[in-house]
Amino acid sequence: MHTSYKCYHPYISPFDPCKPIQTKCYSTPPNLYMTFQPTNLRQYDTPYQALCHGTLWPDLFDPYPNVRKEGTS
Amino acid sequence: MWYYEKKLQYPVKVSQCNPMLAKYLIEQYGGADGELSAALRYLNQRYTIPDKVVGLLNDIGTEEFAHLEMIATMIYKLTKDATPEQLKAAGLGAHFVNHDHALYYHNAAGSPWTATYIQAKGDPIADLYEDVAAEEKARATYQWIIDISDDPYINDSLKFLREREIVHSQRFKEAIEILKEERDRQKIF
Repeated sequence: MHTSYKCYHPYISPFDPCKPIQTKCYSTPPNLYMTFQPTNLRQYDTPYQALCHGTLWPDLFDPYPNVRKEGTS
Repeated sequence: MWYYEKKLQYPVKVSQCNPMLAKYLIEQYGGADGELSAALRYLNQRYTIPDKVVGLLNDIGTEEFAHLEMIATMIYKLTKDATPEQLKAAGLGAHFVNHDHALYYHNAAGSPWTATYIQAKGDPIADLYEDVAAEEKARATYQWIIDISDDPYINDSLKFLREREIVHSQRFKEAIEILKEERDRQKIF
């Protein structure tokens, strides 16, 4: 299983005037890893759930913003 | 900062005065998928890309300037002693009126270069996919220029440049793979 966000610790110069953000995260949604969608993937239990998520398949759903709240951007 | 080496990355030789070919080549000089767009795109995106791939954008962006210089040399050599009549016959009459024999950053149809050709989205995945697409579009443009050109020396240099696009595309795709990696996770062998 992949993670929806990757975080890294950017280089921080001693001369950075703004308060440094120690950890920066970027989005890596499931479609990056799926290549070709496999057949017969599990679907949401109800059409209403699927509508709310914007997709029929939980495996394609990507939460935003980062639920783990690690840093920004 | 940059150090400058006073030579081209790959030699450029021109077999005959051919302003028409210069008109097509200018697409790679000041066009949307040209070398100027590429260099400025990568060297600008590098500031907000994760540290692991900053160096790649820096190096490829720098190489694009070396390519820009090769294209400029080709265009210059193809037109430098052409008469206004020859330029007019090649469809470069308007260019001559505006620029004489000078080069200018516009595409083959004469539209000036614009920053709207490039993007910096700040999202590393979006930016790198744009870079991959840019390399593939530049490769295609080189192919069509080679197809339309009958200058064997120019085509030799263009084939070199086309190959570099392929290598750069590969490197950008590797960068995406690096950013996709689950780095915090323990690897079990």
